[in-house]
Amino acid sequence: MFDLIVSTLARAMVAGTPFLLGTTGEIITEKSGILNLGVEGMMALGAIVGFSITYITKNVLIGLLSGILAGGILALLHAFISITLNGNQVLSGLSIAMIGTGIAGMLGKSYIGIPLPVRFSEIIIPILSKIPFLGKILFIRDPLFYLAIILAIISWFILFKTRMGINLRSVGENPKASDSLGVNVALTRYIATFVGGCFSGFAGAYLTLAYMPSWIEGMTGGRGWVVIALTIFAQWDPLKAILVSYLFGTIDVLQYILQPLGIPVPILKMTPYVATLLILLITARELIRKHLGSPASLGEPFVKGEK
Amino acid sequence: MHFYIEKRGNTSKRFTNSVYIISIILAVIFSSFIFLLKGVNPFFAFGKIMKSSFGSSFGLKETITKAIPLLIISQGLIVAFKGKFWNIGANGQLLVGSTVATWVALNFGPNHSAFLTLLLMFLLGFLAGGLFGIIPAILKVKLSINEIITTLMLNYIAEDFIEYLVYGPWKGKTQYGFPYTDNFPPSAVLPQIPGSRISLTLVIIALTVSFLIFLFIEKTKFGYEIKVIGDNPNSAKFAGIDFLKITIIMMLISGGLAGVAGVGEVSAIHRHLTYPAQISSGYGYTAIIVAWLAQLNPIIAIFSAIFFGGILVGGDVIQTSLGFPFATINTFNGFILVFMIIGNFFTEYKIMIRR
Repeated sequence: MFDLIVSTLARAMVAGTPFLLGTTGEIITEKSGILNLGVEGMMALGAIVGFSITYITKNVLIGLLSGILAGGILALLHAFISITLNGNQVLSGLSIAMIGTGIAGMLGKSYIGIPLPVRFSEIIIPILSKIPFLGKILFIRDPLFYLAIILAIISWFILFKTRMGINLRSVGENPKASDSLGVNVALTRYIATFVGGCFSGFAGAYLTLAYMPSWIEGMTGGRGWVVIALTIFAQWDPLKAILVSYLFGTIDVLQYILQPLGIPVPILKMTPYVATLLILLITARELIRKHLGSPASLGEPFVKGEK
Repeated sequence: MHFYIEKRGNTSKRFTNSVYIISIILAVIFSSFIFLLKGVNPFFAFGKIMKSSFGSSFGLKETITKAIPLLIISQGLIVAFKGKFWNIGANGQLLVGSTVATWVALNFGPNHSAFLTLLLMFLLGFLAGGLFGIIPAILKVKLSINEIITTLMLNYIAEDFIEYLVYGPWKGKTQYGFPYTDNFPPSAVLPQIPGSRISLTLVIIALTVSFLIFLFIEKTKFGYEIKVIGDNPNSAKFAGIDFLKITIIMMLISGGLAGVAGVGEVSAIHRHLTYPAQISSGYGYTAIIVAWLAQLNPIIAIFSAIFFGGILVGGDVIQTSLGFPFATINTFNGFILVFMIIGNFFTEYKIMIRR
């Protein structure tokens, strides 16, 4: 029983990491006032680009960076439509999701069933890994796990403790006021959307380079949409994102743990989606009361000089 | 010299239409790059898509077969989108519609006339899809829960649930272990026009629905209230429009029509329930683009549904003949949507140069 709990939580750390990366990125993007629903697409693209470039170069770092950039570049298309053209952000996000999953499916076709020669594997942290219980869960992990948590903390620090972060949030709250104070609204939003896309690309690359080093179509499996819900659940706070992501990682893993109990697989596959709904439901009232922490001008285009 | 943008006064219909046509052309060009990247001659690929969908009588019949569910679903989506309700859940609504229809077909069908069975299938299919659409409607109005996420999650839930049914309790005894339910009795089957998979009943339903939705949106108070809620929720609140009621009815129609499309698919095409991906074929997602390409106009949607019916048929063909994955068509659809939004910019603004 004890071993089962340890192994479940250890796997939950791996399963939660792509959620954390995606959620951190979406928080950064949304804090600037841009709603990017294309996470699923940026993740899928990051996953296949990360995989294929690693496969070709035999170098996971180059693969990882390419996957990250792929997500960022796809996000720039969303940025261009939402910021420069004041386009409909919901529609644009949906198209990004379609384009990303579509291109990923096409590029990935020739890689189906091919194992990746190199991957990010666990590193054993001396001393800490000897701690009973926690050691096996937290300190025998792949390096990207730690990087994801560090990035979330850094993002929190930048967003809430630095000048840059204040500017970014003010652009999301009240673009007109920021503009009159001399903040470049468009540029800030471009950067936030790009960085958010890079995080999504990272989340995808994590799937193929650390989580499961092979490619199957539909690999992202709706995780990108769950990320958008987790952003709300985390109340746009990267530190809370760490908690909710690993909570969700645990829920994700539960389906494999419960399988031997004889519960049909399709019913177990449902758990993350049901959990997403339940979590939104549970937090809804509280969120309304707290005024969400949601950026006031989220999803609304800002046209300079227009009233 | 620098550029700046200025709002246009009003744009002519012709200008708007050419913008949408250019969007499609640009989507073709961009998708061509992806084909090239995969080492496939794009002229060959698109030639194949067009030839297989519109170039032969067999292809044309298949195109219409696929245009039918697209049209019925997109009519429902038009209603929701007019009210700025982002219903991304048509796929799930379609699936629950076909599930309930299957239940009626297998349990009620054997002992009743075709008329009664089919009527009950469509009625309950509509209600099931509608109820599935009402859940996110209530959650949005009452608890401000984002409908995009709820409708999407419900899609996944519906898919997994059907998978559970067809692999589990509903698995047919006569299907040699395949994940199919038993075949429908004759009373639950919509006849196809000989030599095709088209059901005349469904064609009539699709066209009638299109016409009714057009009247509904343009001529009734209800249609007007949906538009007010969509265009300016604040003034709608001020005018005392009942958000909850309107949103619920709106989503009953939207989900209900997706449910009807689902009934049509199992009754006329498959004649049993099977893998969810096979039943829905992603129609719920493609119909989103059908609706937008039609500029949310129910009559224009007839043409854009046929266009996308063709794209789906072509997509199937390049899938099998060029070994492309199912997701290929997503790329193309995504690009169409992107260029439509970009084109929309030019219908609303013009770029001026100041020296």
